[in-house]
Amino acid sequence: MQTAVIRFPASNCDRDAAVALEKITGRKPLIIWHRETELPAGVGFVVMPGGFSYGDYLRSGAIASRSPIVQDIKAKSERGLAVAGFCNGFQILTEAGMLPGALMRNKNLKFVCRPETLTVTHSDSKFTSKYKAKSEVVFPVAHHDGNYFADKETVGRLEKEGRVLFRYTDNPNGSINDIAGIVNAGGNVFGMMPHPERAIDPLHGGTDGIDLFKSILETL
Amino acid sequence: MARKKSEITPEVVAEHGLSESEYEIVLDRLGREPNLTELGIFSVMWSEHCSYKSSRRHLAKFLTTGDRVIQGPGENAGVIDIDDGDAIIFKMESHNHPSFIEPYQGAATGVGGIMRDVFTMGARPIALLNALRFGEPDHPKTRTLVNGVVAGIGGYGNCVGVPTVGGETNFHKGYNGNILVNAMCVGLARADNVFYSAAKGVGNPIFYVGSKTGRDGIHGATMASAEFDDDSEEKRPTVQVGDPFTEKLLIEACLELMATDAIIAIQDMGAAGLTSSSIEMADKGGVGIELHLDKVPQREPNMTAYEMMLSESQERMLMVIQPGKEQLAFDIFEKWELDVAHIGKTTDTGNLVLKHHNKKVCDIPISPLADDAPNLDRPHTKTAPRDVLKAADIHETQDYNDALTRIMSSPNIASKRWIWEQYDRHVMSDTVDSSQSGGDAAIVRIHGTNKAVAITTDCTPRYVEADPYEGGKQCVAETWRNLTCVGADPIAITDCLNFGNPERPEIMGQLVGAIEGMNEACHAFDYPVVSGNVSLYNETNGQAIPPTPAVGGVGLIPDLHKFTTLTGANAGDTLILIGETTGWLGCSLYLTEILSREDGAPPPVDLAVEKLNGDYVRKLIRNRRVTAVHDLSDGGLAVTACEMAFAGGQGIHLSKAPIEARHGWLFGEDQARYLVAVDKNSVNPVLSTAKAKGIVAQVVGTVGGDRVRADGAFDLSIAELRKANEDWLPALMAGDT
Repeated sequence: MQTAVIRFPASNCDRDAAVALEKITGRKPLIIWHRETELPAGVGFVVMPGGFSYGDYLRSGAIASRSPIVQDIKAKSERGLAVAGFCNGFQILTEAGMLPGALMRNKNLKFVCRPETLTVTHSDSKFTSKYKAKSEVVFPVAHHDGNYFADKETVGRLEKEGRVLFRYTDNPNGSINDIAGIVNAGGNVFGMMPHPERAIDPLHGGTDGIDLFKSILETL
Repeated sequence: MARKKSEITPEVVAEHGLSESEYEIVLDRLGREPNLTELGIFSVMWSEHCSYKSSRRHLAKFLTTGDRVIQGPGENAGVIDIDDGDAIIFKMESHNHPSFIEPYQGAATGVGGIMRDVFTMGARPIALLNALRFGEPDHPKTRTLVNGVVAGIGGYGNCVGVPTVGGETNFHKGYNGNILVNAMCVGLARADNVFYSAAKGVGNPIFYVGSKTGRDGIHGATMASAEFDDDSEEKRPTVQVGDPFTEKLLIEACLELMATDAIIAIQDMGAAGLTSSSIEMADKGGVGIELHLDKVPQREPNMTAYEMMLSESQERMLMVIQPGKEQLAFDIFEKWELDVAHIGKTTDTGNLVLKHHNKKVCDIPISPLADDAPNLDRPHTKTAPRDVLKAADIHETQDYNDALTRIMSSPNIASKRWIWEQYDRHVMSDTVDSSQSGGDAAIVRIHGTNKAVAITTDCTPRYVEADPYEGGKQCVAETWRNLTCVGADPIAITDCLNFGNPERPEIMGQLVGAIEGMNEACHAFDYPVVSGNVSLYNETNGQAIPPTPAVGGVGLIPDLHKFTTLTGANAGDTLILIGETTGWLGCSLYLTEILSREDGAPPPVDLAVEKLNGDYVRKLIRNRRVTAVHDLSDGGLAVTACEMAFAGGQGIHLSKAPIEARHGWLFGEDQARYLVAVDKNSVNPVLSTAKAKGIVAQVVGTVGGDRVRADGAFDLSIAELRKANEDWLPALMAGDT
């Protein structure tokens, strides 16, 4: 499976994502510069990496979401392309309108970096099929703007449709309903603030993230 | 026609921090009166910050060479060989004065500046550390300063995407009016692709890349070379503003260009900006430089030559480009959306020539700026020795539970989680251990390999204040010990020498004593100094800070299958204390925290014993004889035991406390000591080998349960000790104390 990592100015988890994808697929992902206008043919899974694209200026993810490549990814995602955004990548997906809601400044207004225990809400999704429903996983978080918010109606719909895939057990940022990760209505676009790509190595952050990548890659 | 009145009055010269005799040299070398721009250039180049005029002759004593040293002091950062063609480039630098005036930007730009020193040489930054010293916790400014400094460090490092993996934070009233913010950066390069600052050739293009030049930070180097007074806050406009986004782009763009053969020389614009970067490049290369200031990207209209040359706007680089490669450089920088301009060329005149609005506004010979910089032999007096205190003469607490709880929740021992949770410690996915474990040294894997660097920063200012020579030895020895604790081979150090006003002989005596002590330790361990910085005039209203020579040590773990932290002890393991315990309480935390005393001589460091013990511990780690290792430092055995229990989650029982002077045994700060946990089958071999080598080693207790106890002294649950240790800083920052 050919995968790709999008690189924006001041993405900084692009290498982390690339290492994770190579480790799991056995093949180096393409690194795609944000000014490209079209994904190369054959790319089946795209990761929007973490970082501080455009320095978080204006709003986290806002400027990057206007990049040429994002328009192509958005169009292809509407036809089923699998996309995951972690941390700043999640912020870009919400700013691009590919996922609902917004990521606001953490409730305590401070950057937070720590290993975070999450509950996998269910395993009936393309991104969680390898996990046991209700199991707990530990992913690191590292963000300043991770406080997920959406209006009542949207949150109600996310909950009802089973689109909340991960929840914090000890909410680090004030996210509504302890939401850590969500998927779009089509089930093919996923975003989360924690970093599964930093949890693929026993020497660094544990290995709980591997199954997330395995889950989505298996569907392709 | 009447002669034009000179703009260079004695007052103007004095405002530029030049002494009368220094100005005489300027007149002599120029053969005429300088104009204001030229005076400004001499002023910053001969400032304490740029010229090291008070310290240079003493720094020259340092051991700076060794088998693994590729580049010692004198470049932007030091370079060491870590095998397989890999090199580590590292340095520590102070940003004390700006951080006191404007803590967020001061600290942020300190981090940005030290990263530039490292990537300028061709390295990708892979780790950041910070050594911070604040005033008393209840001083009215302390909370604001802690808040701002920590947010500034995090705001910069997190955005650039380099993990902040370690450091240290102390509180002491001696820093009430002058905090210390020392930032260290470690980068990874290929040993055959290290970049230097010496310009070469004649007629080669000079490129300016990065942020536009503004009016911020003008005379920052001069500010860092003067004492503070109550009006220091008025200096806020001289503090620079950081832009980590541009820094990240600069790193990527420079590394991309460095992968080609387009760069002849490169230098970041740090203190004294365009002035010091251009002069250093020219001086090292023995060439002249001509710059057209109209071409310098400018943030504000109508900037003068003086302002442009003295601006310390951040995130700027100067480079000499290989002729014919100009377009390649333009393309890469434009891809990264950075301002780039071809602003001048190298010449054979040996002079710095500046042109602005079609006029020559500066024409001065370069070599005097560097070579004739003042090199002072300031008078120095030795710090008077203090009495050696005996534990038996020091009051023994009647309530060890209370004493231990107080020490574990004291400002210098209390958990700094509130700080390091605001730093991204994991980005780049190679952090094997960081502040998170409370361990002795951070461990950062070399990407794509099975080896790692261990990194630590250490200094015990109260020891240095009591005895600069012994304290200087101790700073170096503690970094060496901490690297040893994780199984690394210590390789080299960087240092940040923070002292008061060198014009006072007793302060100068502290500096000279500390340097001599540090150097003694460097020689004993074959552990050279490869980079560093000196920060003097750390005084407010005549009150100097405690002498604080912060040391950053780097070591190599050749095989990540063979390292140890303080976390691995298993229930049933035996604890062995390596090193001799005399119960040294002089200058100890026990004295300050329990008895409110800061007297006595500090513990001496026997460097031969230190080396013997450390080499043995490292061998035990490599032979996988030990499950956990932690050194003994502030607070002695009791604190080490608690920290090991917190990190590993297993209780500790210290069963061998003597009846007499138990406080000395538990809280004494004798040096060269390690607490190691070993499987019970390894106890005898570890002890007998130690004996054969002449190393003091004794069984002191066992691992297991959920309490930390010492017979006849304390008995507390890990949970309550942890709470005492964890709650102090959040309570302080919430304003609850």
